[in-house]
Amino acid sequence: MRHTISILLENEPGALSRVAGLFSARGYNIESLTVAPTDDPSMSRMTLVTRGSDDIIEQITKQLNKLVDVITLLDLTEGTHIERELMLVKISVSTTNQREEIKRLVDIFRGRIIDVGDANYTIEMTGTGDKLDAFINAMEPSMRVEVVRSGVLGIARGASSLRA
Amino acid sequence: MNEANQAEMMTGADIFVNALIAEGVEHVFGFPGGAVLHIYDAIFKQDKFQHILVRHEQGAVHAADGYARSSGKPGVALLTSGPGATNGITGIATAYLDSTPLVVFTGQVPTSLIGNDAFQEVDSVGISRPCVKHNFLVKDVGELAITIKKAFYIATTGRPGPVLVDIPKDVTANRALFEYPKTIEMRSYKPVVVGESGQIRRAAEMILSAKRPVIYSGGGVVLSNGSQELIEFTRLLGYPITQTLMGLGAYPATDPQFIGMLGMHGTYEANMAMYECDTLIAIGARFDDRVTGELEKFCPDAKIVHLDIDPSSISKNVKVDIPLVGTVDRVLQDLIQVIKEMGRKPDSDALATWWGQIDTWRATDCLRYDRNNELIKPQFVVEKLHELTQGNAFVTSDVGQHQMFAAQFYKFNQPRHWINSGGLGTMGFGLPAAMGVQIAHPNDTVVCITGEGSIQMCIQELSTCKQYDLPIKIIMLNNRYLGMVRQWQEFFYDKRYSHTYIDALPDFMKLADSYGHVGMRIEKPSEVEGALKEALAIKESLVFMDFLIDQGENVYPMIAAGKGHNEMLLSPERELA
Repeated sequence: MRHTISILLENEPGALSRVAGLFSARGYNIESLTVAPTDDPSMSRMTLVTRGSDDIIEQITKQLNKLVDVITLLDLTEGTHIERELMLVKISVSTTNQREEIKRLVDIFRGRIIDVGDANYTIEMTGTGDKLDAFINAMEPSMRVEVVRSGVLGIARGASSLRA
Repeated sequence: MNEANQAEMMTGADIFVNALIAEGVEHVFGFPGGAVLHIYDAIFKQDKFQHILVRHEQGAVHAADGYARSSGKPGVALLTSGPGATNGITGIATAYLDSTPLVVFTGQVPTSLIGNDAFQEVDSVGISRPCVKHNFLVKDVGELAITIKKAFYIATTGRPGPVLVDIPKDVTANRALFEYPKTIEMRSYKPVVVGESGQIRRAAEMILSAKRPVIYSGGGVVLSNGSQELIEFTRLLGYPITQTLMGLGAYPATDPQFIGMLGMHGTYEANMAMYECDTLIAIGARFDDRVTGELEKFCPDAKIVHLDIDPSSISKNVKVDIPLVGTVDRVLQDLIQVIKEMGRKPDSDALATWWGQIDTWRATDCLRYDRNNELIKPQFVVEKLHELTQGNAFVTSDVGQHQMFAAQFYKFNQPRHWINSGGLGTMGFGLPAAMGVQIAHPNDTVVCITGEGSIQMCIQELSTCKQYDLPIKIIMLNNRYLGMVRQWQEFFYDKRYSHTYIDALPDFMKLADSYGHVGMRIEKPSEVEGALKEALAIKESLVFMDFLIDQGENVYPMIAAGKGHNEMLLSPERELA
């Protein structure tokens, strides 16, 4: 089953490679991984999406907790939570028709056109992975020039929070 | 040297030396080189700790490891950059798999050259990452003291393990105020000590309700100094106890409640008891594959309580019913108290029946070997050694058949006396580890039981033994084969002995002699006892004993790969009168 795990870890050099090394050494999957410093710059927050049986996920969370740089973590999948991903897409638009069609499509998906070139648009869109997939699939494959996705960010719903 | 609380400007090298002194370090095992020259200069100018110069960095780390395992204090090794660090990796991985508290310092090229493929540069932090508990690269001399403090703290608390500190050369030359913190707090590292009281109560209920219980204890008991608690707990209940290879000595092997080691070369009674038990009490053990055999067939009827310091060891290989996270000594104290307060006794009728069953398995006499052979049997050598040392020697071993014979036939009655590479299985561990043990225990008998395959992997340390007058007794069980591999080839590869016969062995007596030690060769069973007596009486010198043993001897009993505890292969000698 797919799990989204949020991790607070020391913002130290090498902390990311400890997490990545753990996954490769023990043969666990990483579907996506995002990391950036938090409001407290001494800490980074990582959102990691992985797949595995309940036993594997239990081991993953235990092994992550064992890393000295990991302060605390939460398996968001255990409760209700929100996931978002950011995507930037460059699309080739050569005809007026295409421009109109893409504008409509972007409106429907509540994205934004953030750059306009002679023959291309760059679109920004956030949402769940499914929604971003749906947007990509809704346009002609030949129009797609470049797709950049951030990987998943997650946060628990309601009052519960992940703090050091 | 100033008091640690009076801050003073000093170089990184002096900070290093003073930090080690503040940690109470008495011995450092190392080998110098370019990147650690400043540190070695600072070591030259102090007399608070002794530096032991090894002949190869692997030896330094194994020696620090043996020192730590036998003394309970952290072992310290100092290596130079590049090849110094890479040579140390096998030692570090060995310590990691057996959870030994080590602090390994490596020199590094100056910070300005890091990443430039400089002379003797290697990414020591990157290379060691998968086999350390934690590691650090110190980029600023102002961080050196606190990093060393953290390294010792992490290495020695929680589940112990090796910590590597990589120190660039310029950091050892730069100056900073030296202040050594007395205590340390880390928000990201808070080892658990005390078990959860509700779980302890549930565990006590389950333990007292057992009809066919087995206590299965491991190296965690030794590491947490929980031997006394384990003995009290086991005797309070009257339950049979088996121990892993790493746990031997925590519970006295000559005690009738001890049913022998379990696992691949464990006793028939221990493995059968595991298979038939209804309640398994695992204490400081990690359900290693050499212990469990085929997982599908592991303790099919048992409810399992598992006490371990490391949550990730719990339900990793085998699902357990009641996890207890904490240190073995502390949780056992609490468990003993809860059991006493409950006022309940174990089911004595069920227990009597269970012991009756165990005694019938014991009657198999699974460790029997041919005592009338005209060739020296390795088991006989170990048995005699045990007798002549009254079980009080510190015994290190290498890896292979001799290791198993040592574990089976030297009846360890005290913890920290049996020092072997159980997890990584590192050939070459025995001799350097024995150096560390002898340095920690200068007045005790230290024996290295080895084979002619293993000893040659770190034989250069004979020179270190001479330099520091370490009177280790090397008992080499020489069968001219890589015996354990040969045994597997005999059983599972139709006797195709692919590259296991060792041709062109050196004359070990001459070799010992050339290093300035005493060499002995023993070729007949009748000479064994006399030779051992003679060697043990030599207190001032290393004695290298080359026992020419039966080339065809195998380690029995055995659980083959893919088999369960109830499917042991027993020795043919069992049929002998």
